[in-house]
Amino acid sequence: MLVKDLVEKFDLAVTGGKSGLDREVTEGYCGDLLSEVMGNAPAGCAWMTVQGHQNIVAVAVLREMAAIVITGGQIPDAETIQKADQEGIPILQWPDSSFSLAGRLFSAGVGNPASE
Amino acid sequence: MLATLPGLTENDNLPLINARPARITAPSENFKHMSQLKKSFHIKSRDFIRAGEASINIQNLLKSMDFDPSLIRRVAICGYESEMNVVMHGGDGTLSIEVDSDRLILEITDDGPGIEDIDLAMQAGYSTANDDHREMGFGAGMGLPNMKKNSDRIQVDSKKDDGTLVRMIFFIPEKGETD
Ligand SMILES: Nc1ncnc2c1ncn2[C@@H]1O[C@H](COP(=O)(O)OP(=O)(O)OP(=O)(O)O)[C@@H](O)[C@H]1O
Ligand SMILES: [Mg+2]
Repeated sequence: MLVKDLVEKFDLAVTGGKSGLDREVTEGYCGDLLSEVMGNAPAGCAWMTVQGHQNIVAVAVLREMAAIVITGGQIPDAETIQKADQEGIPILQWPDSSFSLAGRLFSAGVGNPASE
Repeated sequence: MLATLPGLTENDNLPLINARPARITAPSENFKHMSQLKKSFHIKSRDFIRAGEASINIQNLLKSMDFDPSLIRRVAICGYESEMNVVMHGGDGTLSIEVDSDRLILEITDDGPGIEDIDLAMQAGYSTANDDHREMGFGAGMGLPNMKKNSDRIQVDSKKDDGTLVRMIFFIPEKGETD
């Protein structure tokens, strides 16, 4: 699934990094502690987090993630959007919890071996 | 000055010296990584805006040199954690990457307050991060453990009030060898 398919399917708002909408999403990851995410998130994941500050973009670039989804109705900072545009990492927004989106992604086959 | 090799007279050394240029010609494709390279980046204390940029630069450099993706991933993790530590806890510093024939060396130094108890700092979960840092999702006390786990060798040198140096070594896997 491409990031843009995910956006369409779950009606996510795209607030930054539009040039990265063709990146492929192969996995999902939830986490709000940056070092924990840095150490464990898989490449190609859609990362669901409540953190909206600029340092999340470097984490996504260095872990080669597909996109960042800011959950829980949190709003990304202006610097976050600017960095995401620069690096081509899509910043998406989901109004509900990480859990509720993760469940939907998994059912749609993202990171779910049973769906293959 | 070349010392006289055992079993050779002074004169016998001459052809050896003349032969030298042949051995220092440009490395062949196979030995691309033999060429030494070192790049350094200035890291500014408390500069959360630019934090991570040096590591992204290093990641791009290593990608352009065609290193193994999992090796690049490990260096990227270590670069980020070391940059964040200097930004959050240290003074101004320098992050450098050195490409050697069989290894990559990532080194970070800063002239900040130093680490009083290194063994304690290396423990997962130990952190002196303040509330502002924690609110941003830092301060899990996982940075140094991540650096240890993802490098092949790690050396931490620090003293209270005397800055910090962390040096990490990554051995370059042989072609076809994965970890
Ligand atoms: N460059 C440094 N200068 C001074 N103290 C440091 C430095 N690097 C690490 N420390 C000390 O070591 C502790 C542990 O570092 P570590 O990176 O493991 O965790 P953290 O930075 O607190 O949290 P996290 O990395 O999970 O966001 C820090 O809280 C700090 O007290
Ligand atoms: Mg840290």
